[in-house]
Amino acid sequence: MGPAAWTAAAAFLLWNAVNLEINPERIARGLGRLGTVMARAFPPDFSRAGLLASGVLESVEIATLSTLFGVLLGIPLAVLAARNVVVLPVYAAGRGVMTLGRTFHELIVAIIFVKAVGFGPFAGVLTLTVSSVSFFAKLLAESIETIDRGQIEAIRATGASRGGVLIFGVLPQILPRIVGLTIYHWDIHLRQSTIIGIVGAGGIGATLYNAFSRYDYDFALAILIVIVAIVLVGEAVSAVARRSVQ
Amino acid sequence: MLEVSKLEKTYPTGDHALRSVSLTIDGSDAVFVIGPSGAGKSTLLRCINRLVEPDAGAIRLDGVDITALQGAALRAARRRMGMIFQEFNLVERLTVMENVLSGRLGYVSLWSAWRRRFPPEDIEAAFTTLARVGLAGFENKRADALSGGQRQRVGIARALVQRPRILLVDEPTSSLDPRTSDAVMRLIVELAAEDGIPALVNIHDVPIARAFARRIVGLNAGRVVYDGPVAGLTTDVLDRVYGGAMEDAR
Repeated sequence: MGPAAWTAAAAFLLWNAVNLEINPERIARGLGRLGTVMARAFPPDFSRAGLLASGVLESVEIATLSTLFGVLLGIPLAVLAARNVVVLPVYAAGRGVMTLGRTFHELIVAIIFVKAVGFGPFAGVLTLTVSSVSFFAKLLAESIETIDRGQIEAIRATGASRGGVLIFGVLPQILPRIVGLTIYHWDIHLRQSTIIGIVGAGGIGATLYNAFSRYDYDFALAILIVIVAIVLVGEAVSAVARRSVQ
Repeated sequence: MLEVSKLEKTYPTGDHALRSVSLTIDGSDAVFVIGPSGAGKSTLLRCINRLVEPDAGAIRLDGVDITALQGAALRAARRRMGMIFQEFNLVERLTVMENVLSGRLGYVSLWSAWRRRFPPEDIEAAFTTLARVGLAGFENKRADALSGGQRQRVGIARALVQRPRILLVDEPTSSLDPRTSDAVMRLIVELAAEDGIPALVNIHDVPIARAFARRIVGLNAGRVVYDGPVAGLTTDVLDRVYGGAMEDAR
């Protein structure tokens, strides 16, 4: 890059900073306020344990139900999007649905569902179901495409129907992958369910949002600590579960 | 009785695999098909049970033209042909019993297949067949825990439990060591004879073919260049089959 390009790039960055009102004075003021927030957040307030527990429970429920629905819908979609088990037009349609489903971030999906079905965990379950179906199907379709064709051929040669080939030839080959992906998605959903509450889709995130908007910083800190704990526990559970499948 | 007449197959790649192949198998003798790799042996077997679609010609099993069948009728025809594979093609993560019972898949509903509920007579047949191939007591082992020879025995049991009218056997010993090869080949020939069914066996190993065959079919570049008794397998004939290129084939 020549000096002219460097100057142009620097000017562009500076213009962005000015445009977004990023300046030292605001940073200094922000740091001061952050100090106040921190001061008021300590010590964390765990006294409203009932509210905390119900938020956590709701998040776990959202994660678990959306994983279940996501997997149940994702398996057939994966079959439809695997080049080696369906004909080309079906494959193209399956891929299309998959790509469409992966277009938007789950927060955008969450906002749409909150508008559609109202505040609460139901919107959360719908959001995570929709956002995981395509991702799950994509990963599973890839593993269907790499299965051993010889095993399929042998089952076809016995005179088994298409369904029989799926049950005896395809399913045993992809079952470990399905279990692994399910655990993986449950783990992801547990994290996401703590976030989507912020836009009104239920769970511990909703509790967190309410605490912040009421300036209950000590309760908010307690919630954040609990979220860290959930994610760590989720990670540990999925690690153990995954090891037992292999 | 299996009658193949004027079978033609050209793959989309332009590979002309079968050129007017005609062949009749009557009675219950095993017929061994020899030929260099790429001669069309595997294509011929797979056309007979329509794992590969032939372009032209007819295949009749007990008078029924298999090339004309579709859907359920084709699957019913496949049930009457047991296939044994070079790479065994067992479903690796299933048990020996499930693999053998998969030979009966064409006869049970999907719901029964899902729940592994096979009729008692099928289960009994599976146990009997496992004993016949020398694997009594192996039913609950997983297929991927077996040795190569044991896997091929499961493959044989899966084909036999279909109670087929013919066995289609594709290079059954290529993945096995010489001693195991001999035992597996002997087992196939003996069990087929016991059940009174013919076997069509692809084999690239001429000594094995000589040891077990009465009738030999030689394929070269998709054409039948020899069809006759093993005694007629002279140097001249082998030259025609292998194009003189395979000295070690003798």
